[in-house]
Amino acid sequence: MTEHLPALIVVVPLLTSFLIFALGWLKKDLCFPVGLFGLAVAASSCMGLLLRVMRWGPVTYKLGGWEAPWGIVYVVDTLNGMVLAAVAFSALIQWIWSGPSVKRHFQDRLGALYGLQMLFVTGLLGMTVTGDAFNLYVLLEIASITAYALIAMGPERASLSSLNYVFMGTLGACFYLLGVGYLYIMTGTLNMADLARLITGLHGSRAIQVAFIITMVGLWLKMAFFPLHGWLPNAYTHAPYPISGLIAPLMTKVMVYVMIRIDLNVFGPVYSFEKMGLEKAVMWLAVLAVIMGSIMALAQKDLKRMLTYVILIEVGYMVGGFWLGNKSGMTGALLHLLNDVFMTLCAFLAVGNLLYRLPGCSFPELKGAFSKMPFTMGALVATALSIVGVPPTCGFFSKWYLLLGALEAEHYGFLAALIFSSLVGVVLFFRVFEWAFFSTQEHEEGEHHLSHTFQEAPVQMVVPVLLVAGGLVVLGVFSGEIVSGIVEPVIPLTFS
Amino acid sequence: MEDALQLIISKYNYWIYITLMMIGLWGVIAKNNLVKKIVGMSIFQTAIILFFVSMGMKKGATIPILLHGHAAHSSPHAAEYINPLPHVLMLTAIVVAVSTLGVALALAVKVYRRYGTLEEDEILEQIRKS
Amino acid sequence: MADVNSTLPLLAVGASLGVVPLLLSARSPDVREGWTLAAGLAKLALVLSMLPSVLGGENLFFQVAEVFPGVPIAFRVDAMGILFALVSSSLWIVTSLYSIGYMRGLKEHGQTRYYCYFALALCSTLGVAFSANLLTLYLFYELLSFATYPLVTHHQDAEARGAGRRYLLYIVGGSIGLVLPAMLVCYGAANTLDFAPDGILKQAGFSGPELATLLLMFLFGFAKAAIMPLHGWLPAAMVAPTPVSALLHAVAVVKVGVFSILRVLTGIFGLELLGSSGLDSLVLALAAATMVAASLAALCQDGLKRMLAYSTVGQLSYIILGGALLSPEGLQGAMAHLATHALGKISLFFCAGALYVATGKQRISQMHGIGRRMPLTMGAFLAASLSIMGVPPLAGFLSKWYLALGCVATEQTVPLMVLLLSSLLNAAYLMPVVYKAFFLPIPEGEPTERLPELSSLCTWAPLVTALGCVLLFFFPGVLLDLTALAAREVWRV
Repeated sequence: MTEHLPALIVVVPLLTSFLIFALGWLKKDLCFPVGLFGLAVAASSCMGLLLRVMRWGPVTYKLGGWEAPWGIVYVVDTLNGMVLAAVAFSALIQWIWSGPSVKRHFQDRLGALYGLQMLFVTGLLGMTVTGDAFNLYVLLEIASITAYALIAMGPERASLSSLNYVFMGTLGACFYLLGVGYLYIMTGTLNMADLARLITGLHGSRAIQVAFIITMVGLWLKMAFFPLHGWLPNAYTHAPYPISGLIAPLMTKVMVYVMIRIDLNVFGPVYSFEKMGLEKAVMWLAVLAVIMGSIMALAQKDLKRMLTYVILIEVGYMVGGFWLGNKSGMTGALLHLLNDVFMTLCAFLAVGNLLYRLPGCSFPELKGAFSKMPFTMGALVATALSIVGVPPTCGFFSKWYLLLGALEAEHYGFLAALIFSSLVGVVLFFRVFEWAFFSTQEHEEGEHHLSHTFQEAPVQMVVPVLLVAGGLVVLGVFSGEIVSGIVEPVIPLTFS
Repeated sequence: MEDALQLIISKYNYWIYITLMMIGLWGVIAKNNLVKKIVGMSIFQTAIILFFVSMGMKKGATIPILLHGHAAHSSPHAAEYINPLPHVLMLTAIVVAVSTLGVALALAVKVYRRYGTLEEDEILEQIRKS
Repeated sequence: MADVNSTLPLLAVGASLGVVPLLLSARSPDVREGWTLAAGLAKLALVLSMLPSVLGGENLFFQVAEVFPGVPIAFRVDAMGILFALVSSSLWIVTSLYSIGYMRGLKEHGQTRYYCYFALALCSTLGVAFSANLLTLYLFYELLSFATYPLVTHHQDAEARGAGRRYLLYIVGGSIGLVLPAMLVCYGAANTLDFAPDGILKQAGFSGPELATLLLMFLFGFAKAAIMPLHGWLPAAMVAPTPVSALLHAVAVVKVGVFSILRVLTGIFGLELLGSSGLDSLVLALAAATMVAASLAALCQDGLKRMLAYSTVGQLSYIILGGALLSPEGLQGAMAHLATHALGKISLFFCAGALYVATGKQRISQMHGIGRRMPLTMGAFLAASLSIMGVPPLAGFLSKWYLALGCVATEQTVPLMVLLLSSLLNAAYLMPVVYKAFFLPIPEGEPTERLPELSSLCTWAPLVTALGCVLLFFFPGVLLDLTALAAREVWRV
């Protein structure tokens, strides 16, 4: 059984989603537990696979027994093992957390919502584990189309925001497909390892150049890398808050993973960094992404919308760190990928808690939040510290590697952008905390903190948020082990 | 002049798909009406599908279907048949394009129900006012 | 001095962290305050238990996790660290007692939150004291900044909001904007951030201007040390309740700042490098300028707490001056001043708070004749003022004596002159308060009867700490032993 783990990771959520769709018609109450079981199986399988890969090296799985390059192959090394585990656990935590909020807002569409969520996770897991370029496109579109539908379930502006996401997302995926087409014309294969082997002999080809650029642009559209980010703020802000908790932490990070995978393991580091000569341009775009994201975040008056701009900044960090082209920068980018999944998860789940109890999360509506919802706000503080980069939360450690990489590459623009955005992060979050802390309530005499204004979210929503907040510190303290065990084996030896 | 004409005529399939792609892209970006944008997006996707299909063509080759006799006695000569792999891939891509089209149209219906119009500038006006 | 593995440092740091859930779940204020005092006593006991080993030459070491190659999160308890820890943890107990009197006397709100963040602040302070390398120090320095923000903004009014913003701007802006890049440059050059006896930058090959920039980044980045012109947060932070001002902004937070700078000077740069590159003069100049300017600013203040805040700014630079003198006596004086100034300044703040609780007065101009109504409190104020001025038989004399010895030993007359001038200025802004309190008549229309002082914990606390100033002068054994040991550790090369 365990040798089929790579396939099970995708198949179990897929079948579970169909089951949930059916149950949505027949017996709604079973949707949640069935999905929970499916995700639990997926999460434990991913964890098991990661541990196996850390110990014994990469695992290759041939779907249907067909040999590569004719068949589709699933390959797991520590990089996508890490992403798989992060995606699965993030989805599992969000699933548990979403119980009360979905019951309140989507009771009539339970089957559809949960089924789509499960399909979304299937798409992400499949994208991460596959070793075939076209299979990646298929699973990418599975994830994207379900995301379009999920986002559109929100009120008011959600449908238009989702439609804009449809346009830009489809363009991005089509660019990716076009790039794969060019590669297929030149090499005749779609298997990633095979492509890598054949591309080493084709470095001078104009078609490969174009393929590289088109594929990158497509992926940047999908991950909302400046200046192709226009769809993200509206889409994630207007999505229903249970959905934001699922999509926001995962979609863009998995796309960053795909970019890294294609650059390192299809085109190869030699081609991507030396032959193409794109690093300067990409680095400046990354600097712009970080700076513009920070400035635009400062202009926001709503917590959820502000967080969507923070996502843009984080994507800028990861892309910039990767394209620095040295070991520290790449370590920073990969570590940040892992850390950012959980930082964003904690942030959006905490905001979800706030939206469950409060009428909205624009700043004035957050007055007195610290006394009303101390646990949620506490978790939000932990997340804020992580986003700013305060030890011992995980955000500090990935930022350290990014800064070190910038210093080593002497890219002072990126260094300045990193420091600038950290300082802006302090302002962003402490503005929110000021609103939440400095309430106009009268001071009560000798008050016990459990005053009658206490209206925290239900336990099912608070405990996961607190767990993830604690996890941010745990991830931070274990940075050394994560880097040496998971990240370092993946970075090619050509980078000193 | 001769060379340019030679270039266009020999690679006519690529020129067709590039033109279609640009038309589609222009539709998505420049048009105001949501349905026209959706049409543009669909044209864009179709252009790519055509590109893939055309890349399998071979001179003097026939459709990739083996008749009874051949399969039994000898291995087929690959050069006589068009490459079937792109066709297979594009079946999937067509499904994806159709699903995307379906979702986009459903969203357009939802938008129309809410705002009463499909022109993007009018919708943005309404949003700005509320 | 050898390293011995032990979990005691971790326990000492974590004692006040572990008490937070207990505080949050306490059923009544008495239980809550009981837990706070218990945690304080436990912390002090743990620190004292490590004292014999350190005095015997064995430093206690504990590694939490190796987070970067070559840089772990680790604790090392040496003489410098344990001296700071002793001062902080013993004064926390006194401050907790004082807080009980103060907060209950004023019927303050949000007391549970107050005690929790206080506990966290002390946890971070001991973390800084016991840090084995610059990364661990930075970690606890940052935690301290964020743990003290709710304490500074406790009153939750518009003034507190403004003070909070300034606090964050200077302190977090300095640490993220200046210390973090400087730390990275050091790590990039030396591949370690451990505090080594002769520093880690000697082999790095930095040029003079590069070293100077790095040093300035550290000096100003550790804004808690309040070197001018980045001192502005300290007077603004006086909007906090007085126990916060007393412990944090006279003892814990500001001493964390100068302690960090001392660690950077001795452990990262190394005193030899400082001397050979001439950077010690730069540090001396900045410290001297701050001492004089702050004392002059204190002269102009009417608010008692604000005056004490500027006094603190000046006094902190004594410690940095002592470190930059590049002599063993100078370092001894600096470390001793860490302890003596803490005792003296905390007494002064306690008195200010006691005055406020009893009479509601905050301005020096309102305090005519108050000495006749509250003789014990003002007596403690007098004793503490004399200690700050450096008059025997009070503890402050010891530290100033060693600082002066340090100047003489290295034949630096300018710092000596500045020390003397500053002491005169100290008298100039402290003595008028005492004079007005005792020798001027009580203004018309105000009550004249003596206030019941001994019934309030607010008065006991300053009496205890003022008495401490006297006792420390007569029984300086442990203090001098630790400072001598600290100097030996730095000059062993």
